[in-house]
Amino acid sequence: MKPAAFDYVRVDGVEDACTLLQRHGDDARILAGGQSLMAVLNMRLAQPSLLVDISRSTALARIEVRDGCVQVGAAATQAALEWRDSLAQELPLLKLVFPYISHFQIRNRGTVCGSVAHADPSAELPLSLLVLEGQVVLRGKRQRVVAAEDFFTGMLSTARASDELVEAVRFPLAKPGQGFGFREFSRRHGDFAICAVAAVADDRGLRVAVGGVADRPLAREWPLLEGGALDDALNEFAWALDARDDSQMSAASRRHLARRLGQQAVEAALLTRTSV
Amino acid sequence: MTHDILSREKLHPITIELNGQTRRGYATPRMLLSDYLRHELGLTGTHVGCEHGVCGACTVRLDGVACRSCLTLAVQADGRRVETVEGLAGEGGVLSELQSAFKRHHALQCGFCTPGILMSSADWLARLRELGRKPTEQEVREMLSGHICRCTGYTPIVKALMEVAHA
Amino acid sequence: MQATPFKIPGGLPFVGQRLQRLEDTALLTGRGSYADDLGVKPGTLYAAVLRSPHAHAGLRSMDVNAALQLPGVRAVLTGEDVQRWGQPFVVGVKQPMQHWALAVDRVRYVGEPVAVVVAEDRYTAEDALDLIRVDYEPRRAVVEIDAALAEGCELLHEAVGSNVLSERRFSYGEPDALFSDSRRISTTVRYPRNSCSPMECAVVIAEYLGADEGYDALSNFMGPFSLHAVMALALKVPGNKLRHRVPRDSGGSFGVKQAVFPYVVLMCLAARKAGAPVKWVEDRLEHLSAATSATARLATITADVRDDGRILALHWDQVDEVGAYLRAPEPATFYRMHGCLTGAYDVAHLKVRNRVVVTNKTPTGLVRGFGGPQVYYALERLLDRIATELDIDPVALRRLNYVKADQFPYQAPAGAVLDSGDYEKMTDLALAAAREQGLHERQLAARASGKLYGIGVAAIVEPSVSNMGYISTVLTAEQRAKAGPKNGAIASATVAVDLMGGVNVTIASAPAGQGHMTVCAQVVADALGLQPVQVMVNVEFDTAKDAWSVAAGNYSSRFAGAVAGAVHLAAMKVRDKLTLIAADQFGCTPADVAFAGGEIFNMANSAQRQPFTRLAANPHWAPALLPKGVSPGLRETAFWTPEVLRAPDAADRVNPSATYGFVFDICGLEVDPNTGAVRVDRYITGHDAGRLLNPALADGQIQGAFSQGLGAALLEEFRYGGDGSFQSGTLADYLMPTACETPDLVIVHMETPSPVTPLGAKGLGEGNNMSTPVCIANAFADALRPHMDLAEVQLPLTPGRVLALLQVSDPAPKEMPHPAAAVPAGEGLALKAQGEVEIPATPEKVFAVLLDPVALARVIPGCHSLQSIGPNRYRADVTVGVGLVKARYEAEIILSDIDAPHSLRLAGSGRSSLGTGAGGGLVMLQATPTGTRLSYDYSAQVGGKAAMVGSRMLEGAARIIVAQLFESLGRQAGGKTVEPNWWRRILRKLGVRV
Ligand SMILES: Cc1cc2nc3c(=O)[nH]c(=O)nc-3n(C[C@H](O)[C@H](O)[C@H](O)COP(=O)(O)OP(=O)(O)OC[C@H]3O[C@@H](n4cnc5c(N)ncnc54)[C@H](O)[C@@H]3O)c2cc1C
Ligand code: FES
Ligand code: FES
Repeated sequence: MKPAAFDYVRVDGVEDACTLLQRHGDDARILAGGQSLMAVLNMRLAQPSLLVDISRSTALARIEVRDGCVQVGAAATQAALEWRDSLAQELPLLKLVFPYISHFQIRNRGTVCGSVAHADPSAELPLSLLVLEGQVVLRGKRQRVVAAEDFFTGMLSTARASDELVEAVRFPLAKPGQGFGFREFSRRHGDFAICAVAAVADDRGLRVAVGGVADRPLAREWPLLEGGALDDALNEFAWALDARDDSQMSAASRRHLARRLGQQAVEAALLTRTSV
Repeated sequence: MTHDILSREKLHPITIELNGQTRRGYATPRMLLSDYLRHELGLTGTHVGCEHGVCGACTVRLDGVACRSCLTLAVQADGRRVETVEGLAGEGGVLSELQSAFKRHHALQCGFCTPGILMSSADWLARLRELGRKPTEQEVREMLSGHICRCTGYTPIVKALMEVAHA
Repeated sequence: MQATPFKIPGGLPFVGQRLQRLEDTALLTGRGSYADDLGVKPGTLYAAVLRSPHAHAGLRSMDVNAALQLPGVRAVLTGEDVQRWGQPFVVGVKQPMQHWALAVDRVRYVGEPVAVVVAEDRYTAEDALDLIRVDYEPRRAVVEIDAALAEGCELLHEAVGSNVLSERRFSYGEPDALFSDSRRISTTVRYPRNSCSPMECAVVIAEYLGADEGYDALSNFMGPFSLHAVMALALKVPGNKLRHRVPRDSGGSFGVKQAVFPYVVLMCLAARKAGAPVKWVEDRLEHLSAATSATARLATITADVRDDGRILALHWDQVDEVGAYLRAPEPATFYRMHGCLTGAYDVAHLKVRNRVVVTNKTPTGLVRGFGGPQVYYALERLLDRIATELDIDPVALRRLNYVKADQFPYQAPAGAVLDSGDYEKMTDLALAAAREQGLHERQLAARASGKLYGIGVAAIVEPSVSNMGYISTVLTAEQRAKAGPKNGAIASATVAVDLMGGVNVTIASAPAGQGHMTVCAQVVADALGLQPVQVMVNVEFDTAKDAWSVAAGNYSSRFAGAVAGAVHLAAMKVRDKLTLIAADQFGCTPADVAFAGGEIFNMANSAQRQPFTRLAANPHWAPALLPKGVSPGLRETAFWTPEVLRAPDAADRVNPSATYGFVFDICGLEVDPNTGAVRVDRYITGHDAGRLLNPALADGQIQGAFSQGLGAALLEEFRYGGDGSFQSGTLADYLMPTACETPDLVIVHMETPSPVTPLGAKGLGEGNNMSTPVCIANAFADALRPHMDLAEVQLPLTPGRVLALLQVSDPAPKEMPHPAAAVPAGEGLALKAQGEVEIPATPEKVFAVLLDPVALARVIPGCHSLQSIGPNRYRADVTVGVGLVKARYEAEIILSDIDAPHSLRLAGSGRSSLGTGAGGGLVMLQATPTGTRLSYDYSAQVGGKAAMVGSRMLEGAARIIVAQLFESLGRQAGGKTVEPNWWRRILRKLGVRV
C-alpha cells in the first residue's frame, strides 16, 4: 500500500500556494495535515501529480480572535485549537466536540481547515462551523468569504473552486446567554459519526445541525420549542435529511438517531445557557 | 517561491535529528516516513500495521508531537526532530519510567503495538505534566483509542499509564 | 526420592509465579526481531501481488508487457509459471478441486492472487500492478450459504459437481430413539465471518537455490508445521529441500498467521522466476480482504429434553462455509470440536450432520478459538432457549446437565475424553464474583428505571493440544483405513549446556507474544535450580536444524500443555545426566544430588557442592572423566505426545484434544434504545485451566481473548456485497475494539491439574473467544426479554441490527410529503440513484444527443474519448471522481431498449486500478410545456478496492456521478437545465460553469 509518484513542494505563504494551484489546476493537491489525504494516496484512490504542502507555514498556522470570531488558519492543527487555553470561553461547543474527532494522534496533525475543505458528511468540524454560522475564507485570484451554509454542497463537495485555498475558517465567539449541546453516535470512540447533532440555544431560539445522515451537514433554526412541538420539529428535520437504507442501517433507524440525539443535544444546549 | 519543487523522479537528501543524533538519508517525495525510518535509516522499532492511520503502530514524535509516520512523508520531516521508541530508554539502556511500568504490568504481549503506544503516551503525559493535570482513566482510554492492541485487551496498558500519570 | 532436608534458596518454584517477562526489554526498546525487521541479502527484490477485483470470473487473458517495461521491474510471475513449477495445494478431503498459489483460468474470490510483480522496491512493484491488463469474464457469484446449497446454483468447481465438498453424518448412542418423556427444542444460528486479525501482517522472504538445494524461506507463519508438507508438495520438492525459518518475534498470530503458507509457496516461485531473493510484506488491505477468515457457519441444533431440563440427546445440522477453496487444514473447524460437541454436558446420545460448502469468498482457516465460537454459539444459545421454554434458571439448567466432578475422566459420546475438572465448583466461584459485583442489583436498578439490562451466562469446555488425527474424522472409516492412521500431537524441546555452564533452550513453538521465553526459562530454572534470567531461550525456528515434528507450531493452545511440558522433560533429561555426573564426583547416590540456588549439591553432605556453571561445564572440557555409561555431550531433546490421542476409531469416535479446561462466564450488559448501542457493563470469567505456569501471562491471554470475543460479538464482521464484493478492507471498516470499547473483566481462577500433560497445565488462550460471543448474545436476549422473546440473536450486534429489532417508532412527518418507499436494505452494495431533470429541449432533441457519439462524449462527465465498437456500443475512457478520490476507468457503454423518443436503457461497465464498476438504468423522457422532464432510476455495483475501502461513501458518490451525467445531458441537449440550487453548486464545484 504505497502511493503513486508525485512531485512535492513545501510552501510558506498563501500566495505561493495559490499560484501553484492556479498553475497546476486539479492535478495539484493541498497537503495540510494529511490525515485524510495521505491515507487516500497510500491506497492509490487518487494520484495527483503535485502535492503542495502548507503544513509548515507559520503564517497560515495562526489562530486569532478577529471581528467576533476565532479565525483559524489553514495550517493550524486541530490540536492547536483544542489545547488553546481560552477555548472553553471562546468556543464552548468545540470543547465538547473535540474528544469525538478521531484521536489525539490524528488531531495532532489534522488541520481544522483541512477537515472543512474535505467536507466529509460525518465530520464534526464542518457540522460545528455550520451550527455556529461560521465562515470560510477562500483565496484564489482574490479572496472571498463564504458562509458555512453555502460552503458545503454535498458529499466531499464544497463551494471551493479547484484553484482556491481554504485560507482560514471563522468560528463566531460564544455570546452571552448562549448554551451549547453536542451528541454523537459512532461505532467506536473516535470513528466518524453515524449521526451527530450540535445545538445552540439562547433566550430567543434554537439552531440545530445534523451530520452523518445527509450528504452534508444540514441546519435548522427554530424559536424556543418544547415538548411535542420540539418533537415535531425534530421529526420534520429528520425526514428532511433524506436518509437512505443501506446494508448497515435502515433509513428509519437513522431518523430515529437524529430525533433522539437531537432531543439530547437541544436539552443540553438549553441547560447550559449562560446568564446574560 | 521559497522552496523548490522536488521531482518525483529523484532521491532528495533528508536530514533529521533522530533521537538526538543527526541522521542523513535519501528519499523520493512519495516515500513514507515510516519506510524511511525503518528501511533507509534502519530503525525498525517503529512498526507498520495498516498504512492508513488507524492502528497507531507507526506513531512517532515529530518535533515532539505524536503522529502517524505512515501518514507523513519523509520529505516533510526534513530538518525536523523525530523521536522513536529506540530513543526512550536512558543512559546504558535503563528503561524509562513508562517502559518499566509497561514491563511491570505486563502491558505488552507480542509488542507490535507497543512502540506506537509508548510514543503517544510520552507526548501526552508530558503535555499533561506541563499543565499540572492528572488524567482520569476515561481520558487515558480516549488517548489510547488511537491505537489498536490485539493482544492485551488494554487493561494492563491502562493500569501502567495510570500509574505513571499519577506517580 | 526422600523429601529434601534443605530449604531451597529462593523458596517457591518459579513455575506458578507472576514473573516479569524476559521478552519485554527488547520489545520496549525497539529491538524486536519481527520478520520485516530482519536484514535481507543484497540484491533482494520486493514483490507486490495483483489480485482479483471480481468475486467470480473467467481469466481470459493477461498482458504483463507494460509492467515488465517499467524501469525497476524484474519479473512477473503468472499462473503459467505456477503450473510449470508447482502443483495445487493438497487438502484432507479428496475432491477434484484445484487450488493453485495463483489463479489459473478462473478467479473465485475478491483478492485472489492473479500475478506477482517483482521489482527493486515495493513502490515500483505497486506501480507495475497498475500496468497489468487482465481480461476477465465475470460470472455469477455465490455469496450466501443458503444460495450455495440451493439446487441449480452456479458452481465454483464444476468437476466436483456441487458446491458441497464434503458431507458426513454421525450417530453416537441412540439419538433417534423416541424419548417418551421428552420434548424437542431447537435453535438456528449463523456465525459470521470474522478474524482475530493480528497487528502485524504476513511477511515472506524466499529464495530459490537451484534444483539440488531447493527453496529457502523465512516467514512469520506460525504452524501447524504439518503444513510444511503441504508447502513442499506444492513446490514439488521433498520437505528437506524447503528450508523454512521463523524469526523470534511475531506481531500476533491468533491462528491467522497460518494463512501465510500459500504465500510462502508463491514467493518461492516468484524468487525462482526473478532469479533473486524476494521479499513480500502483506499490507492491511490484502490482509483483511484475502488472508483468511473464521468459517461462517449455519447450524441448527435440537435437543431432546425432559421437562426438568435434563438433556437426553443432541442433534446437530451444521454447514461450514469455507470460501472459494478448501484450504488445509480445513475442514478442521468442524473436526477440532467434533469429539466434544456435547460441551460441558453429560449427554449420551448425539447425532451430527456436517456439510462443507464453498462460496466466492476468501478461504477460511485457523482463527483463535477455531471451531469453538461456532459450536458454542449454537450450543449455549440452545441452552438458553431451553431455559426460556421450560422456564428454568439458565444456571440451574446447566448445572443439572454438567459432567459431574466424580465422572472424570469422562468419555463424551463422540470420543472426547474430558480429563479433569469440577464444573460446578467453577460455576460457584464465578457466581460468587458476580454477586460481589452486584450484578443482579444492577439489573434490577436498571430495569426499574426503564433501561434494557440483561444478564447472560455461558459454560464451555476449552480443548487444547490438538490431535493430529482429528481431521481424518472427515473421512469414512474405510477411507481412513486406506490413508493410514494419524494421531498424536508431538511436541519437542531441546535443552543444552554450553562450555561455561550456560543453559540454552530451543523449542519448535513459533510464539507470537505469549511469553514462551519466560515460561520456558521458569520451567528450566526450576528443574536445574537456576534463576530464569540465567536460562537463554531461543524461539527462532528452523526446519533444517531444529528438533520438530508434525504438530510443531503455535496453535490449539498447545504451549502450556505440550511444549512447556516437553521443555520440562528435556530439562529433566539434562538434570538426570548431571545427577549421575555429580553423584560420581561426590561419591553419593544419585538420589542425594539436588539442584538449587545455582548449585548442585549432595543433600547428605552439604559441604559437597559446586556451582552449576562449573559442574555442568566440566563434561565439555574433560569428557574422559565422565562416569561409565554416561555419553558425552549435554544436549537433550525430548519428544512428547499425549497417549490419549488416538486415531478416530471405526465408530468415528475421536478424542480431538489432549486436555480440556472449563470456562464459566457471566455478563451484564445494557442496550441503549436511543442508539442501539450495546455496552458491556460487567463481565466475569471463571477459568479452570489446570496448573497455571505464570498467572500474569494467563490473565493476559484471557484479557486478550476476551477483547477479541467482545469484538466478534459487537463489532467485527467481514461484509460482502450481493455480488461478492468485499466491503471491509480497512481498519476503519473492519472494526476492532479500542480501549474505549473494552471493559476490564473480573477473572476467577481454579486449578484442577490435568493428568495428561507433564506439568498438569491446560490451554487457556482460546476460552473467551469461544465463550464471550455467545455469553454476550445470551445477555442481549435477556436485556430484551421484558419486551420480546428473542429466539435468534445475530452477531455482531451492530446498532443497525439492534435498532431494527427494537422496532423504533418512525412517525410520519406532518408537513413533508412522505417520500416513496425506500429501497429495502439488501446485503449488497446496490447503489441507487434516482432523480429528475427538466431540460429546455424537446424529447427528440435529447434523444438525438444520446444517440450521437460526439455529443454523448461531451455528456459523460470526465470522458476523455469515446469510440464506437458496434451499434450503440462504445468504448470510453472516463475519469470518475468525487471529492479527493479519483480514478480513470476504461469503460464500455451500451444503449439498449431504445424507444425513441420516450425511453432507453443506458448501461456501462468499467475497470480501473480501483476495481470494477457497473451500472445501468432506465432513462425516461416526457414532454412538458417547457421541454422535457427526464427521469432516471439507476443502480450500480462497485467492486474491488473502491468497495473495500469506501463503502461508507459509495452510495453518495454514485448519486453524485449519476446526477452529473444527466445534468450534463440536459446542458448538451438544451444548453441549459432548470435544476435546483443544490445541483448548480455541485456543478460549480466540479468546475462546470453554468
Ligand atoms: C484514524 C482516523 C480517524 C479519523 N476520524 C475522524 C472523525 O471522527 N471525524 C472527523 O471529522 N475526521 C476524522 N478523521 C479525519 C481527520 O480529521 C482529517 O485530518 C481531516 O478530515 C482532514 O484534515 P487534514 O488537515 O488532515 O487534511 P488533508 O488530509 O491534508 O487534506 C484533506 C483534503 O482537503 C484538502 N485540503 C486540506 N486543506 C486544504 C486547504 N486549506 N485548502 C484547500 N484544500 C485543502 C486536501 O487537498 C485534501 O483533498 C480521521 C482520520 C483518521 C486517520
Ligand atoms: S501503520 Fe500508521 S497508523 Fe497503522
Ligand atoms: S501487544 Fe500485540 S498488539 Fe498489542
